[in-house]
Amino acid sequence: MSLHVDIRKRLGDFVLETAFDTEDAITGLLGASGCGKSMTLKCIAGVETPDSGCIVLDGETLFDSARGINLKPQQRRVGYLFQQYALFPHLTVERNILTSLHRERDAAVRHRRLREMIEMMQLEGLEKLRPAQLSGGQAQRVALARMLVNEPRLLLLDEPFSALDSHMRDQLQPQFLDLLRSYGRQAVLVTHSRDEAYHLCSQLCVMEYGHIVRSGATKEVFADPRSEAAARLTGCKNITPARKVDDRTVEAPAWGLRFTSAQPVPDNLCAIGLRAHYFHAKAAANRASVQWAGELEEPFEWILLFRYAEQDENTPPLWWRMPKDRKPAVLPEVLGIAPENVLLLTR
Amino acid sequence: MDWYPLFNSLRIAALSSIIVFFTGIAAAYYSVRLPRLLKGVLDVVLTLPLVLPPTVVGYFLLLLFGSRRPLGIALEQIGVKFVMTWYGGVIAAAVVAFPLLYRTARGAFEAFDQTLAQAGQTLGLSNTYIFWRIRMPACRQGIIAGVVLAFARALGEYGATSMLIGYTPGKTATISTTVYQLWRTGDDYHAFLWVLVNLAISAAVLLTVNLLERRQKEVHRV
Repeated sequence: MSLHVDIRKRLGDFVLETAFDTEDAITGLLGASGCGKSMTLKCIAGVETPDSGCIVLDGETLFDSARGINLKPQQRRVGYLFQQYALFPHLTVERNILTSLHRERDAAVRHRRLREMIEMMQLEGLEKLRPAQLSGGQAQRVALARMLVNEPRLLLLDEPFSALDSHMRDQLQPQFLDLLRSYGRQAVLVTHSRDEAYHLCSQLCVMEYGHIVRSGATKEVFADPRSEAAARLTGCKNITPARKVDDRTVEAPAWGLRFTSAQPVPDNLCAIGLRAHYFHAKAAANRASVQWAGELEEPFEWILLFRYAEQDENTPPLWWRMPKDRKPAVLPEVLGIAPENVLLLTR
Repeated sequence: MDWYPLFNSLRIAALSSIIVFFTGIAAAYYSVRLPRLLKGVLDVVLTLPLVLPPTVVGYFLLLLFGSRRPLGIALEQIGVKFVMTWYGGVIAAAVVAFPLLYRTARGAFEAFDQTLAQAGQTLGLSNTYIFWRIRMPACRQGIIAGVVLAFARALGEYGATSMLIGYTPGKTATISTTVYQLWRTGDDYHAFLWVLVNLAISAAVLLTVNLLERRQKEVHRV
């Protein structure tokens, strides 16, 4: 199982330029809306054509501008799960699934595969309903059934949970993951949610403005995002411009502080990031006086807002996030953060 | 009473509706994917017959198919004559009714969710299958409305028809040209009868549309 993508496409002022190789089961493309992640999927599926580049799936070239190869989407055998599921509105659930099988001449085979899929996706009793009568979760299962009955070699999943309400979203993710694992093919999942990316994807590419700014194993990307955009998209709340002082020291002028880092500081450093969970009143390193600037209560966590004593007044306060039971009774006057939790960011 | 005008009108309206169905849908389908400038120009040209006086359309048709014009002469060589024949009426009615179908179909195609066609492609469905089995059914309300409007317009066509095929009882007479002819010659009684016939047909068409729409809504509600 392998997928190689290296494509360029210009859309007005926007330039999409993505390249990644993956052999992982589920690869995530994480980015804000409009960053080109859906367009990348559409190019892999063949419903959009890149200006140049190549796409190779399991050794078969799907697209190669240099060699003039551009397989039709019908020839690629790549499944696409659309954001709004794109079920055919005038057909029943059963007929929606059967359209994928219309080339199968043997009615008995068609029927058997339809039954298998309905059972696998737990759609019993919904066969005669139309898409408008389905709940979000049911529509998602019908779209999956319609895609999988065709036995695609690669699954492209475009924000599969964005059409669902949040509690459904959390409930369905484990099932979804089991299903993808049991199907046993590669998948590329597009999402703007870092939680979804973290839950579902073993490999991650973070995209911004049409470019991949960081890619690697998901946990590695979250632990060391390296670029400012990747830090932001993986949920780092405290980011400020910074410059290198020496091999282990950086200076953040807007916060009026110097920080010690556990890793060597790169020469092209442009910013640092401090994740909101990692501050500690008793931390020995990077200690500085703080002034409290407010608080936000979440269902299970507290967010305390603070400013460093020397911080530029025009910059926003920092976030310190903690579980509810860890909130100190008396707010400390000094906060520190371990050197390994200072994220060193480049462009 | 001679029922020929009724028969002739229905035959002209039916045939021209069929022509307009295919040409209008093809024009709508392809114009949606043209570059903007070309689309704008084409749209003006294709919609002109709707806003021009029908007599002007008839004048253009005579310019094209007249027996001394190159195209008219060429057609006559192969035995086709659109001037003063009932099938010339089909051409006249089709040209006048065309924009009604073209515009409603184009509106429906523009509102069509492109991801449905893309989904069909990734599922391995041919583009022809997608067009007839997914795009057309999804747009059917707009297209049915267009067909009915085009049929009604073709049935009531007077100006271009009378220019191109005139009025010959038993040959080119339609309901609308008959009404005018009877009234002009002072036969108010028969003119009135034909008016009633026309009213009955129009009412039947509108009733059919309403019934179709209601059934459609029920299907979607179930």
